[in-house]
Amino acid sequence: MRYIPHTEDDVRRMLARSGHARLEDLFAPIPAPLRLARALKVPEARSEQEVFEHLAALAAKNEHAFAGPFFLGAGTYAHYLPSAVDALVSRAEFTTSYTPYQPEISQGTLQAIFEWQTLISTLTGLEVANASMYDGASATAEAALMAMRITRRHKVALAAGLHPHYRQVIETYLDGLGASVVTVPLAEDGRSPIPASAIDADTACCIVQQPSFFGTVEDLRSGAETVHARGALLVVSVAEALSLALLEAPGALGADIVCGEAQSFGVPMSFGGPHLGFLVARAAHVRQLPGRLVGQTVDAEGRRGFVLTLSAREQHIRRERATSNICTNQGLCLLMATIYLALLGRHGLRELAELNLAKAEYAKARVRATPGLSLPCSAPTFNEFVIGLERPAAAALARARGQGVVAGLDLAPYAPALGSAVLFCVTELASRESIDRALGVLAGAGS
Amino acid sequence: MSRNASSGLGYEEPLLFERSRPGRRGAEVPPPDVPPVDVAKLLGPLARADLAGLPEVSEVDVVRHFTRLSTWNAAVDLGLYPLGSCTMKYNPKLNERVARMPGFAAAHPLSPAEHVQGLLALFHALEQLLAEISGMDRVTLQPAAGAQGELAGIMMIRAYHEARGEKRTRVLVPDSAHGTNPASAALNGYEVVSVASGADGILHPAAVAAAMDEQVAALMVTNPNTLGLFERHIAEISEIVHARGGLVYGDGANLNALLGIARPGDMGIDVMHMNLHKTFSTPHGGGGPGAGPVAVKELLAPHLPVPFVVRRADGTFAWQDELPGTIGRLHGQHGNVGMLVRAYAYILSLGAEGLRRCSEMAVLNANYLLARLAPVFHVPYPGTVMHECVLSDRNFADTGVTTMDVAKRLIDHGYHPPTIYFPLIVPGALMIEPTESESLEVLDRFADTLLEIAAEAHGDPDTVRSAPHRTRLRRLDETLAARKPVLRWQPDDAAR
Repeated sequence: MRYIPHTEDDVRRMLARSGHARLEDLFAPIPAPLRLARALKVPEARSEQEVFEHLAALAAKNEHAFAGPFFLGAGTYAHYLPSAVDALVSRAEFTTSYTPYQPEISQGTLQAIFEWQTLISTLTGLEVANASMYDGASATAEAALMAMRITRRHKVALAAGLHPHYRQVIETYLDGLGASVVTVPLAEDGRSPIPASAIDADTACCIVQQPSFFGTVEDLRSGAETVHARGALLVVSVAEALSLALLEAPGALGADIVCGEAQSFGVPMSFGGPHLGFLVARAAHVRQLPGRLVGQTVDAEGRRGFVLTLSAREQHIRRERATSNICTNQGLCLLMATIYLALLGRHGLRELAELNLAKAEYAKARVRATPGLSLPCSAPTFNEFVIGLERPAAAALARARGQGVVAGLDLAPYAPALGSAVLFCVTELASRESIDRALGVLAGAGS
Repeated sequence: MSRNASSGLGYEEPLLFERSRPGRRGAEVPPPDVPPVDVAKLLGPLARADLAGLPEVSEVDVVRHFTRLSTWNAAVDLGLYPLGSCTMKYNPKLNERVARMPGFAAAHPLSPAEHVQGLLALFHALEQLLAEISGMDRVTLQPAAGAQGELAGIMMIRAYHEARGEKRTRVLVPDSAHGTNPASAALNGYEVVSVASGADGILHPAAVAAAMDEQVAALMVTNPNTLGLFERHIAEISEIVHARGGLVYGDGANLNALLGIARPGDMGIDVMHMNLHKTFSTPHGGGGPGAGPVAVKELLAPHLPVPFVVRRADGTFAWQDELPGTIGRLHGQHGNVGMLVRAYAYILSLGAEGLRRCSEMAVLNANYLLARLAPVFHVPYPGTVMHECVLSDRNFADTGVTTMDVAKRLIDHGYHPPTIYFPLIVPGALMIEPTESESLEVLDRFADTLLEIAAEAHGDPDTVRSAPHRTRLRRLDETLAARKPVLRWQPDDAAR
């Protein structure tokens, strides 16, 4: 076996030294009735080439974002991945290390996490960020739990514009804890303004997605006022992190916790994971933050270095009283995002966000001008918006796929009230020609 | 003795933000092929002014920066990384390559099932392989890590009891368990009751029986446990729990000892998670991502998370979103799929025989190291171990040298230290898991080094206590970091 170095001679010598006659004797502590008396029903070992070919055949059966025009977003976004990101994260010193428990030989990982904490804190406008959560959905669920701990309240209000999967994950996480969940309804313009009636003295937080699942940009400032007036917290969940480059930082608008998904920052879509959950809060709430944190310190000779810190919040110290059970996080995805943000930088990231906006606005203008298509939500949007169709969306999308175009998400399972509608995402990957083509097919051209 | 490492190129590197110079850039955005937009007009007060605070660096800066940072890390590809209960085995390069195929890496989770049949087929096949390896009936691939798997497993247990009209309140957790176990139980609203291990380091039926009643929802057990010992009373213990209506949760963190040897499903375990980043070689990535599939017996199948893949009569695959008793959705999409692809490639590469060989060699390596070290190091629980062994610093008590010092001194010799001060039931624990990836020569050099450090602890304790000496940074002040938390860079820090 190519991954195992032992020769038969090694095995003999090692058994002799450890005082075992045969390999089987090593397993003597396992009572005989519990031992497997047969071989596992797993196919025989294959060479590298055979495994490669098998996986390549499976990969070839999947639709993907680089095969043609692709307008599917809805929480997972197709962006261009700069070459340096994968080249650098592929370095074995990053890939094949683990949680930096031993800081003297983990400074690379620790400094990168510190840089990520700084970057995401700058983008969200809040002070303390952790070293990642599993994904946007679980980060948002952890934010709800954190708000419940801070306020000692048990009700969570969810904006209708929150990603339906995020809502489901929050409901799963809260189920055993006696919490209740209420919904802030969707307004005509596609936003979820928070009415005072949605928040009461038992509300821990209201969670608003920015931009919403429907692509609309919420008015966070007035939402924050409403929520704070009742002593609750405003949690802002961001599924398209690139929007942070263009929209006012949620922390500057009154958000108490900003969480979400940073897959857009250089992390491959990978059929939904591994992605990059993030969670950022006010410094005053740092001891309620879940997950790992990296802090700056000095070594025995006074030189700057970084360590995991404030671990008294965590499961390996506090066990059942920990702020979360999270242990392994999404470290390498955090590194991808840190490298991506370093490459794009202060100006590149903004330009990229403006390009996304410009292309989406072009597409919206085309929709307005195309008979058979409409824009049911009037609120401003970033790179994603809802298109109303006169004909059934499922059939239109299938027809588009027949022409090699992935023309968005059928909203029927998620928002039946919108009627026949498609969630259409336009990133920098979309050319003007491909936008024209996709909208043409959705409108029924060539059918 | 030959050294495992010597001084080489050692680079200094500031923070990204300190490298920043106005006007530099590391990426260009393509020219627009659509009319420009007026951001202020479109978004008004919703727009932000600027991204001040983000760095301005060239691509060369970025590549040098992160390449230099990487040289400050220990890694499996550099050498032995014997972190106990973390299974830092070799991560095959093939797995990295296949996970990057566009049909996997650029696939979208919301593409309709009929257009991602290759991925659904992989899910289905991997579920079946993991069910066979663990001896369980059904598998969910959704949990993103072991701890999320535990959370899912305990949720399913809670749903099971509730479906039977029972509201149980407690979960039993052995005192040797990982901290995630009690934390996962608490996240389900359960009271955690610690069960003491016996003098021989394993769980005894009498202790479980004494704690067991009709209020106990489950016992969580790690087998082999964190002392590297097989819980040999597990079948009897499972019967005790089942007789009072409870279920048994298996923490699969240490499954690398059992592949093809024994199966948790044959020991009375009702639900367990597996850590693909441990047993199935997906890389640890400096802290993640991992993946924590959960396998269950049929009695918990009605409570599995949704969605899951089903195979239709015509051989095609589909998602099933509905299940009346489901605990719901745990992940925003389908879990850490990139890790699933890697683990699948790994299992296919090894085959049944290779999987068994992994466990045999992992266990042989741990026992060999133990045999070499036992004459000098205190072994709190002697005997044949499974995939890892636990030592302590008791024999150095009179020198002032602690486990922390031994760990730091190992670094001077080019080794990542073992897990230290865990399990909590062994004061000054050194928990060593060599994995099957390490050759006899590597183990001998490592054992020689530990023995040398032991001698040094007696002859020159100050050198051990002030280690590491040969690293870029000396021992770091963790107390200062916690007392005055600095959790992000701010411009005025540069002046310090």
